[in-house]
Amino acid sequence: MVVDVSYISKETSDHLEDVMLGAPSVTGIVAVQGAFAEHAAMLDRLGVPWKLLRNGEDFDDSIARVILPGGESTTQGKLLHQTGLYEPIAAHIAAGRPVFGTCAGMILLARELEDDPTVHFGAMDVTVRRNAYGRQLGSFSADADIDFSVDVADGDLGEEVTGDAAEADYVACEVNPRIDDYPVVFIRGPLVSNVGEEANVAAMVNGQVVAVRQGNLIATAFHPELTDDTRIHEFFLSL
Amino acid sequence: MAFAERNELNKNLAQMLKGGVIMDVTTPEQARIAQDAGACAVMALERIPADIRAAGGVSRMSDPAMIRGIQEAVSIPVMAKVRIGHMAEARILQAIEIDYIDESEVLSPADDVYHIDKRQFDVPFVCGAKNLGEALRRIEEGASMIRTKGEPGTGDVIQAVRHMRTMNRQIRELASLRDDEVYEAAKQLAVPYELAMYVHENRRLPVVNFAAGGVATPADAALMMELGAEGVFVGSGIFKSGDPAKRAAAIVQATANWQDSDLLARLSENLGEAMVGINEDEIETIMAARGE
Repeated sequence: MVVDVSYISKETSDHLEDVMLGAPSVTGIVAVQGAFAEHAAMLDRLGVPWKLLRNGEDFDDSIARVILPGGESTTQGKLLHQTGLYEPIAAHIAAGRPVFGTCAGMILLARELEDDPTVHFGAMDVTVRRNAYGRQLGSFSADADIDFSVDVADGDLGEEVTGDAAEADYVACEVNPRIDDYPVVFIRGPLVSNVGEEANVAAMVNGQVVAVRQGNLIATAFHPELTDDTRIHEFFLSL
Repeated sequence: MAFAERNELNKNLAQMLKGGVIMDVTTPEQARIAQDAGACAVMALERIPADIRAAGGVSRMSDPAMIRGIQEAVSIPVMAKVRIGHMAEARILQAIEIDYIDESEVLSPADDVYHIDKRQFDVPFVCGAKNLGEALRRIEEGASMIRTKGEPGTGDVIQAVRHMRTMNRQIRELASLRDDEVYEAAKQLAVPYELAMYVHENRRLPVVNFAAGGVATPADAALMMELGAEGVFVGSGIFKSGDPAKRAAAIVQATANWQDSDLLARLSENLGEAMVGINEDEIETIMAARGE
């Protein structure tokens, strides 16, 4: 489904100036290339403030969390540097703040890419294989069960969360981190070929890891923004 | 997989290309330059439109071996062109797993009546359109992305502007009608009622719409984005210019940040020679008139 026409020219959610005071509360959506408007439409469905991040100056004190949308990762990687967005986002990640990467966004967050020496943010302890299902003829959709509740080293999919830090994190979650039967859409999608100790598997499709969590960073190889199911965005907003 | 499901995935790929620049390339080396400059996809073809125009004669689908060479050279999506109505060429491109087929007026048409029945294919198609009627007819045939035709190989943006303005004006007109007037509008446009109703209700095409045909400078790209394009195709404009790598990168940035005038000023500096260009009243072949 194509995004509503209003998003072709919309730069922020409505009434953004009313929420800019006080603690950072705005979701910044990186808007250098790709399906950023689709994420904006998703956040409007949830009624939360957002603004597009087109250059470094857009990244102000109001930004509480960041979405890295789908698109072409090579294009986005170059434009992040040219627009001055790379540094503030890297600092945001280093400060432990929430980031959600979808498809190209997962590639930008990965510590390592297969067959490509390029590293963008290098924040998540995973190795990502780009175009893992081949060309466009390999694109597909399916349903998957997703579980973002595990956030401790060596945790397995579905394992009960233990440890004080994880407990606190779990309790802080008002939203259910377990999301069943989620429609997953892969468009020339990547997959996670290796999960390091710091990252945790959140979802698998056809025996392959397609969603991961590492603290306040979450990444999916598929495109929640192309569906009308808001559950993953709701979980991200709870981080 | 059913057409509806495949078509949705194909429309989704176009959504991922939004805000980006798709560049014509003729060699793996050019494809790498385009990718390094930040192109979101490349269009593989043997001759760019300006050379097709200069050479005359019949121009056809490119050699699949040449297209494969470009597929191997880059990780971004690779598109290629077939002649209007030439389903056999399209099947060949599907067989080599092209990411998008451009059923293009730049090549010599193979059929002066019928377009390809694109619903019979799994790979996505992008088609050119000068107005809303053409766009919706191509979508009904199964196209999952639309671009303006513009006038390829000229470096003259006037026709791309005309087609984008026409399409968006017609969309606004259709949206402003009473519901019971849409039947007649669909008849006038020669399009299916359901698609006319979609545009009436949603004030946009049901697929992504890029600009193409005559874009040669960062300012041209910014102009098309301001007029409502969701991304830009650049054909001859890059590799017919003096410094392709620099111009390609500048057009990519201009497309991403088209509202930033200070940036556009910097991007437009010292780009070297732009492609020479031909005015629309100096050309003999009007490619945009092919396939309505």
